[in-house]
Amino acid sequence: MSKLKILTKGFFKENPSLILVLGTCPTLAVTTSVNNALGMGAATTFVLLMSNILISALKNVIPDKVRIPCYIVIIATFVSMIDLLIQGFVPALSASLGVFIPLIVVNCIVLGRAEAFANKNSVGDSALDGLGMGVGFTISLVLIAMVREILGAGSFMGHAFIPSDYNILIFVLAPGAFLVFGFIMALVRHLVNKIEEKRKAKCCVK
Amino acid sequence: MEYILMIIGAVLVNNIILVQFLGICPFLGVSSKVNTALGMGVAVIFVMALATLVTSTLQKFVLLPLGITYLQTIVFILVIAALVQMVEIMLKKLSPSLYQALGVYLPLITTNCAVLGIAIKVTEQEIITGHGFNILDSTLYSVAIAIGFTLAIVIFAGIREQLELVEIPKGMKGVPIALITAGILAMAFMGFANLV
Repeated sequence: MSKLKILTKGFFKENPSLILVLGTCPTLAVTTSVNNALGMGAATTFVLLMSNILISALKNVIPDKVRIPCYIVIIATFVSMIDLLIQGFVPALSASLGVFIPLIVVNCIVLGRAEAFANKNSVGDSALDGLGMGVGFTISLVLIAMVREILGAGSFMGHAFIPSDYNILIFVLAPGAFLVFGFIMALVRHLVNKIEEKRKAKCCVK
Repeated sequence: MEYILMIIGAVLVNNIILVQFLGICPFLGVSSKVNTALGMGVAVIFVMALATLVTSTLQKFVLLPLGITYLQTIVFILVIAALVQMVEIMLKKLSPSLYQALGVYLPLITTNCAVLGIAIKVTEQEIITGHGFNILDSTLYSVAIAIGFTLAIVIFAGIREQLELVEIPKGMKGVPIALITAGILAMAFMGFANLV
């Protein structure tokens, strides 16, 4: 696999939340506004990148039988670091994301990439993979948050442009999260299916 | 009285899945049949009660007195992972029939964010009865939350069993339609919003 492909496969084709359906809890919970989505995406990307690098660097040292607890300790260390950093420098973000920052530890994307990619590949490739998956996760979060924030709060990144009389409040509440996530996932799957069909049709014409 | 209110609040008003968005992975993953959903629910009640009991004891007697609460995330996840393993081994020896019923769900629960999420939540706010952090209240609250989890996942599995028989567009099949169903279910639970 080329380096570029390792980086970009997480953006769309293997998007962690829309295609692989991993990390659904933060996807639903933090997408009430684009700012929250960006913050969560950045925090998860940092953890993914650092834990992938460290795990792939230590892959020959960690005994195979106790690898999962070791991965969890490594991931939890980076999560605690980012938690304290956010509390220190962006207290407003820390307040709005709340318990979902420490919960990056149990985000299946992070442990999944460690198990599926970082413990088999070189440090450079693992870093690219972590970065790509993190960016893909951020893209899907921002996509969902955009729809919810514009329809539900009439604003984009905190700048209101629709008068509050015309807001559809349900989209920033719990049901809106499920509905928007479901419809966006259906749309993306439909597009991916279409692309696959086209590719197949092309190969058979040859 | 305040305990009854607390339980109603935890089960219906602040339902862990449909309002707090914790534990969505098992909610989507193990909800295709009512029986398996019920099994998962019971396993979650069991593990969550035990985990919250242990983690809030640790918080009160180790982390707070030593002033090392910044290690909370690492300590709690390790304790929960070890606890689930231990419960699995003990159940296998002590009660094979219970192990048969719950065994397959136990490893899944380690990575269930609901358990860690509630363990952290009960330590940081006075959500429970306003008395502040207290081990007994925390454990009771976690049991009520887990009952809410079971309620939501069983209702959802019942709906999904019927959904199997319906014809839907190809792109919607599987997870997307399940999410939209969950959205409508969440709307129904919004009706409880001002109950307590």
